[in-house]
Amino acid sequence: MPDLITPTLAGDKLSLSRLLSHIENDSEEGIRALDSLFPHTGKAHLIGVTGAPGTGKSSLVNRLALQFRSQGRRVAILAVDPSSPFTGGAVLGDRVRMRDLSGDPGIFIRSMASRGSLGGLAAASAAMTQAFDAAGYEVILIETVGAGQSEVDVARLAHTTLVVEAPGLGDDIQAIKAGILEIADILVINKADRPGADSTERALKTMLELAHPVEKVFQHHGKTFRTPAATANPAPLWVPPIRRSVATTGEGLPELLEAIEQHAAHLRLTGEWQKRDKARLETELELIVREALFAQFFAGLAPGVIEEHLQQIQRRNLSPREAARQLLREA
Amino acid sequence: MTNRKIRVLVAKPGLDGHDRGAKVVARALRDAGMEVIYTGLRQTPEMIAEAALQEDVDVIGLSILSGAHMALVPRVMELLKANGQETVKVFLGGIIPDEDIPTLRQVGVTGVYGPGASTDQIVTDIQASFAA
Repeated sequence: MPDLITPTLAGDKLSLSRLLSHIENDSEEGIRALDSLFPHTGKAHLIGVTGAPGTGKSSLVNRLALQFRSQGRRVAILAVDPSSPFTGGAVLGDRVRMRDLSGDPGIFIRSMASRGSLGGLAAASAAMTQAFDAAGYEVILIETVGAGQSEVDVARLAHTTLVVEAPGLGDDIQAIKAGILEIADILVINKADRPGADSTERALKTMLELAHPVEKVFQHHGKTFRTPAATANPAPLWVPPIRRSVATTGEGLPELLEAIEQHAAHLRLTGEWQKRDKARLETELELIVREALFAQFFAGLAPGVIEEHLQQIQRRNLSPREAARQLLREA
Repeated sequence: MTNRKIRVLVAKPGLDGHDRGAKVVARALRDAGMEVIYTGLRQTPEMIAEAALQEDVDVIGLSILSGAHMALVPRVMELLKANGQETVKVFLGGIIPDEDIPTLRQVGVTGVYGPGASTDQIVTDIQASFAA
């Protein structure tokens, strides 16, 4: 194989693109390349953009990229769409909303199918962002559909996570359900020109107040009540700001960008940047070890052993846990 | 590697606005287990080549109904070559007169499909072009 690493570090796009494929396919070359690229990583600002389908994530990413470009920063976009669980195929359509970005040599857009292996998506996207980082992209936008655990894991990769909402997608009960709102560093109400934006904002605010209590003073039956703020933490607390945007027109984008910059500054000021970096690398290490152990375990088993145990389990002669214990002893 | 999937860029260069065919093909390729990057309407050859480069695709499917294929397709082929992607296989669908086909093949187009072509045939041809 020709050397892809040196040209990638020098900015050659075809080499980077081929490396990304190797990394995504988890090939030998890809794994070796990641080892050589790793010392060059750690410089980029990783920004996760997630939210329900139809909230306008791709259009928002398009606008954000334009904003970052106007500051002269190089931008990479990793757009993840789901694979079909039945055929393994995928239609990746995020580029449709990113036409404005074509022709700009400071932008690199890569579409990625979620493929489906457990934990695999998080591992693969972490590896892909490392390649972008090493290749000198200063801002990396990772776009995922916020529908499940794997997307939450992907968002955890990021220094700053944007959760995108749109008016009219659900009532305030949706907002207090546990889930992706909790991972938000910044909440974005996109399509804010549509009716219902105010009630969406109210619902999100209520949710945030529950999660980040501040001191409240109120009157009840003529008496003054005080509820103290929950934390006596001297470190400045980041309360996720709510920003409105209309991605189709670009309205609200400068304010959103400012919130992103403020969050980055907050992370650096509080030492949270290093903490997140460490947490991310820890997750990555754990995933790699887990995968290696898994492969080692199956390689050590005699063929057909799994099937034998499965049949026993299905006949209810053996519990899955007992079977697992036996298999672990045999391997 | 078992992880390898055929990656296809489906694009509509030129100015006609009929993308039904391109979408039907995109879906058929998805159902055949391929990863399809769909770029939408009114793409210039430059946009197509750029997307092909960033996505490291194995195949490009072009849909052209406007009659401009003799201008657009050679330009796409030229740009692919300039980017070092001459191994990418290009398939073309749309309203293509028979007399144009030899020239299109000469510039490197792997397959040409007119109205009535079955999606199964397209899938089979793409898969066959990688079996060799």
